[in-house]
Amino acid sequence: MVFKRLKRKITNYPDFWLAYIDSFDAKKKASIENTRFVAFDTETTGFDRKKDRILSIGAVSFTGKSIEVNKSLELYLEQNIFKPETVQIHGLMKNGYEEKISELEAIKVFLNYIKDAVLIAHHANFDKTMVNQMLLRHGLGELKNDFIDTGVLFNKSKHIIYKESLKEKYSLDDLCKELNVPKVDRHTASGDALITAIVFLKILSRLDKRKHLEWGYLLSK
Amino acid sequence: MKNSIAERVHDFLKIYPPFNLLKSDKLLEISEEVVIIYLEKGDILFKAGDSFNEHFYMVRDGAISLNHTNNDIQEIVSMSDTGDVFGVRPLIAQENYKLTATAHEESIVYAIPIKGFQLAAENNSKVYKYLITAFATNAYDSYTTRENNEIFVDYLPNNSQDIANFQTANYTKKPVTCSEKTMLRDAAIKMSALKIGCIIVIDKEKKPVGIITNSDIKNKIATGKYPIETSVTNIMSSPVITSRKDLTIADGQLQMIKHNIGHLCITKDGTVNSKLVGVLSHHDVLVTLGNNPTVILKEIKRATRTKKLRTVRLKGNTLLKSYLEQNIPLTHIIKVISQINDAVTFRAIEIALLKMPTPPPVKFSWLALGSQGRKEQLLFTDQDNALVFEDVAKDKYEETQAYFIELAKYVTKSLNKIGFEYCEADMMASNPEWCKSISEWKNQFGNWILKPDEKAVLLSSIFFDYSRIYGDEGLVNELSDTIFKTLKNTSLFFKFLGRDAIKSPSPLGFFKQFLVEQNGEQKDLFNIKSRGLMPLIDAARLLILSKHVKGVNNTSERYEKLAELEPNNKELFESCSYAFKALSKFKAKQGLLHNNSGKFIALETLTKEEKLKLKRCFKPINEIQETLKFRFDLKNFM
Repeated sequence: MVFKRLKRKITNYPDFWLAYIDSFDAKKKASIENTRFVAFDTETTGFDRKKDRILSIGAVSFTGKSIEVNKSLELYLEQNIFKPETVQIHGLMKNGYEEKISELEAIKVFLNYIKDAVLIAHHANFDKTMVNQMLLRHGLGELKNDFIDTGVLFNKSKHIIYKESLKEKYSLDDLCKELNVPKVDRHTASGDALITAIVFLKILSRLDKRKHLEWGYLLSK
Repeated sequence: MKNSIAERVHDFLKIYPPFNLLKSDKLLEISEEVVIIYLEKGDILFKAGDSFNEHFYMVRDGAISLNHTNNDIQEIVSMSDTGDVFGVRPLIAQENYKLTATAHEESIVYAIPIKGFQLAAENNSKVYKYLITAFATNAYDSYTTRENNEIFVDYLPNNSQDIANFQTANYTKKPVTCSEKTMLRDAAIKMSALKIGCIIVIDKEKKPVGIITNSDIKNKIATGKYPIETSVTNIMSSPVITSRKDLTIADGQLQMIKHNIGHLCITKDGTVNSKLVGVLSHHDVLVTLGNNPTVILKEIKRATRTKKLRTVRLKGNTLLKSYLEQNIPLTHIIKVISQINDAVTFRAIEIALLKMPTPPPVKFSWLALGSQGRKEQLLFTDQDNALVFEDVAKDKYEETQAYFIELAKYVTKSLNKIGFEYCEADMMASNPEWCKSISEWKNQFGNWILKPDEKAVLLSSIFFDYSRIYGDEGLVNELSDTIFKTLKNTSLFFKFLGRDAIKSPSPLGFFKQFLVEQNGEQKDLFNIKSRGLMPLIDAARLLILSKHVKGVNNTSERYEKLAELEPNNKELFESCSYAFKALSKFKAKQGLLHNNSGKFIALETLTKEEKLKLKRCFKPINEIQETLKFRFDLKNFM
């Protein structure tokens, strides 16, 4: 504890970061049904973690199986980098009508939103990296949350006889198809976040049937 | 702040009443307050007696059933589908819920805030009118109870009626007859005088040769097709359908539906070549029963939509429950339920075929696998099915397969709606791996048999129990023939199957205590499927295959067949057959009790007597496993 405080002083972190870090202090592993999850997705200018930037973050949070629409998060970020070729994917234009905020402001809101929740994303490594890069640019640490990748989790839920024919990477579209999830608003950050949340809940119920619903199993790679 | 999710919720709501009656901006405000709820099959959204909450609901995906419990009998009052509104009692009446809302299948539900909705709908009489109608349809009070009882009469089986299904039919012992030489006019006068609807034409030896009913006279005489002075042989329906004296009501009605007739002639030995002893009319059947499985079968045949099939199939569960309660022989129960399941699948395929743009390009068969293939499926289980189609030229293959996959997708989707969950392992005809030409299937089975490995054995244990539900019989026979021919060339495959069949040891532990599942939430639960049923099913399959017996798929029937083939092991095989039936019954009862597959049994819920009964079933499991070890020389193969 003492060490932590020292560290804070040394590095002079802003208050919102400290609040974020503090939210983990009281953390004791809750049961799965009592855990707050946040499913999120980012739309970016591309796949280069150094050069590319986040244009939009969408997130939904839930505990249990209910997702409250008014507690969802949808952020549009002001960025200097713009790549016309990605517009056709996410539909976000340079001077679009969405109300945009600065990257730092977005970080503040996002961290305050996620707190210590377990984060869920499809191909989570990418979103995690992009967010971490953004945090680094503003002199902050990396995300401390536990992560669950729906792509990895889906593989775990597949029946043993298909283990050898599993794809390395399932796209979110693949999962929608396999799990019968309506594809609404694909390729917007919050649309994808909601789809990811539903995909996650569906996989969870599959795993539950096979009694593989344990933290170790969910979080392990 | 922009909220795209709320916009999408809004886009969905606005197509359905009553939301289509609201102004767009108001609806968007409501949409922002919606809660999206994911429900697994069987999850309860609210229970009868729960105090009302701040929401009412709309189904986004899936289906929610509203139930009422009456003297421990679950009655389905209504079923809500995509776009249906339910749970509006708090909105209308501010009262506690009177029904229980359960996810009938995996569902996504929108919870709509009542307050926000009331604000937006203020003074909109159309909106309230719609809701009150919706409320009245789903309500359950003393007035609607009476109404619902009529609508859902088949959900409320009367015990005495169901028992009647298995009673010997009460047929007319002295049927009215006439000779072949009789003139129609005389026969009609006789019918009229005796106030009866049919007369049987018999020959000199009193064997039935034909039947004349009211409709024959209407259709053939009154239309002027034949003069009134014609011989009865000219207008009688012939030959007649006959049956034996000891037929049950259920059998009788099945025959009538099968042949589309209203009268069955009962003869001395059951064939047309013996003396007529009575007549069973449709009326006789209806008098004996109100509702029964054959009514269900008839409804299935007439269903034109999946939704209807689902409603009808649900009655099967109610039927099953009452059968189990009445201790009707399990063999009968299994037959009836299997028939219902097969008929539902058959009808689902027929409906799917209508949805296809063209008729099938070549012959095909739809196969049921696993428990449905063995015809021993009592509760809803996962779907396991496959499709085989005729060989086509190489360049046509892809196109042909694509056609059948599309067909299969329609079928599996509607089976899922009906209540058969998608196979977790995707062993369904909609998967290209399980939708192949006959040659490819032969290859596939050949590979499994000649190059067995763990996976092959796992798959064959499911695929070897196939049975045809729909389509060409020739294809299936051809496949079976090839399989049995291939089986003659191997003994290794039998060893693999054998190893699989004994891997789960008989559950009588060292201290004669139950071995219960060691891990996770199923601790203290006994897995009756893997520990009890599977070893018996696996052993029966192996033994019957090794004897090259074709066409006996049912586990208990397999044991009975084995008892016949090996008289010196008769006792063991018969006790296996008994144990299988007893365990199936256990599983079905538990499943109905908890509204699941019944796979896991909480030991503390069993009575002492039930525990003893269960234990008694394990002895033959142990013995049959020992037999397999010896017979297939498995000791060194483990």
